[in-house]
Amino acid sequence: MKTSKLAGGSAIARKSIFATGLVLSTAYFLPFVLVFINALKPKMDILANPLAWPKSVSWDNFEQAMQKMDFFRSLTNSIIITVISVSALIIFSSMLAYYLARTKTKFTKTVFLILVASMIVPFQALMIPFMSIFAQFVSLNNRAALVFFYIGFGVALSTFLYHGFISKIPTEIDEAAAMDGANDLVLFWKIMFPMLRPVTATVAIVNALWIWNDFLLPRLVLTQETQTLPLSTYLFYGQYSTEYGQAMAGLLLAVLPIIIFYLILQKQFISGISTGAVK
Amino acid sequence: MKTKKSLSKFGIFAALPLSIFFIVLAVPFGQGLFLTFTDWDGFGYEKFIGVGNYAKSFQDPEFWVTLTFTLKFVLVSLVAVNAVAFGLALLVTAKLKSKNIFRTFFFVPNLIGGVVLGVIWQFIFNTALVSISSKFGWSIFQSSWLNETDTAFWALIIVTVWQSSGYMMIIYITGLISIEQDVIEAARVDGASALRTLLAIKIPLMAQAFTISLFLTLRGGFMAYDVNVALTGGGPYRTTELISMHIFQDAFAYGNFGTGQSKAVIMFAMVAIAALVQVTVSKRMEVQS
Repeated sequence: MKTSKLAGGSAIARKSIFATGLVLSTAYFLPFVLVFINALKPKMDILANPLAWPKSVSWDNFEQAMQKMDFFRSLTNSIIITVISVSALIIFSSMLAYYLARTKTKFTKTVFLILVASMIVPFQALMIPFMSIFAQFVSLNNRAALVFFYIGFGVALSTFLYHGFISKIPTEIDEAAAMDGANDLVLFWKIMFPMLRPVTATVAIVNALWIWNDFLLPRLVLTQETQTLPLSTYLFYGQYSTEYGQAMAGLLLAVLPIIIFYLILQKQFISGISTGAVK
Repeated sequence: MKTKKSLSKFGIFAALPLSIFFIVLAVPFGQGLFLTFTDWDGFGYEKFIGVGNYAKSFQDPEFWVTLTFTLKFVLVSLVAVNAVAFGLALLVTAKLKSKNIFRTFFFVPNLIGGVVLGVIWQFIFNTALVSISSKFGWSIFQSSWLNETDTAFWALIIVTVWQSSGYMMIIYITGLISIEQDVIEAARVDGASALRTLLAIKIPLMAQAFTISLFLTLRGGFMAYDVNVALTGGGPYRTTELISMHIFQDAFAYGNFGTGQSKAVIMFAMVAIAALVQVTVSKRMEVQS
């Protein structure tokens, strides 16, 4: 009833809202279209008119870019690093949060406060001593080092998210399980962890986005063989920025995996971000 | 018995993550602070020099250029990102069939890292817009916006808004849909206009979303690095270096580890103070409403 009244009364308003939405979303999407159409064109056509539709479709640029930026190697590196870091963050911070939320002592309260306060420290404030302390460690195995650093940097926010959720679960559930003789670890993994699924999704998505796109830390830490996708894209673009078509193809390749991932998990992404931020 | 049990619990659940946290965060933070008071050169130090590094940082004219540029960037991007994001949130919470598609379009730039976004826009500003404007005889994009400090500043703002407004939009949407429909309906029955409902009812009731979003944009503004490097690279002549990039350059390109780290500590202090002030003010407004 209400909606029909509203819709009937403001058809013009609705149309103008729709028009605004259409214009704005076109504006938001235009850069991607521009990249896409130019990725299909030879260099001369791009210089002549970057807005023109390609005269004929050619995938040469993609082949060249894929080869020059070592696409599959960087993609594999990015996937390995993101998957391992995110899994470790889920395991470590859910356990830590469970401990901090269920053991109420002065010590655990202090630890929790330190974790929360640490979230305000910008990475740039740690970056320089960081490199001098860990130089040795990094040169041994830089992918493992990177994962280790991501755990250290991500544990505070993830623990905070889990902590908020666990605090709302009644302790009777733990007590009942403990009565049945379940030990702490079994209790946690069999009973508690499955209940944490919504937060686990949030933690996974927030961390995956950050780690997948991170540039500064990989730039400091990784060597050529272990480059992640953002790093190899940046270096590739720097080297071949005058080969516009190839550069555009490279950029498109770099954004494709995350967009596909998003389209599959769209709902989880949106709810993950809103709960992650509002906590 | 009890302490033994709680100790083993600590060992199982907390010891490992906490030690990683301390090794990765607390140790470099403490050491970084300590080293700014020495004559550290990146490898070792011989003596304490008091606040020498800080004095030197503030005497560096380029650092002042960076500081002013950063503050301007933080302020303008804070206002622009939140205004746009709130507008988008209102748009996609209107009763439209196509709102989910719109929401996806606004959100997608956010999925992509700043480096890739930066180079995409570098192509747009340096090549696409220049060629279009020479074709149509526009004067506004005739030379690339990235060649001049002032226009490069606005280029950074445009890309930042494009990148982060979708994320903040989600936060505002959450705030908007958390408002109970009864309250809005009551206002409408009382004859309040749409604008008045927005200002007097919706915004106060979703103040928390503003606190969060303002905090995130404030922090993001101070820490912006990727877009800066990929879009302007600090040029022309180091006039568009935001503080994060300036610190990186000072330490790793010019080898000034002492001043680089002091500037990083100054940056930390600025972020902490700004965030504290913002959250305190916002929280007070939340309580009042």
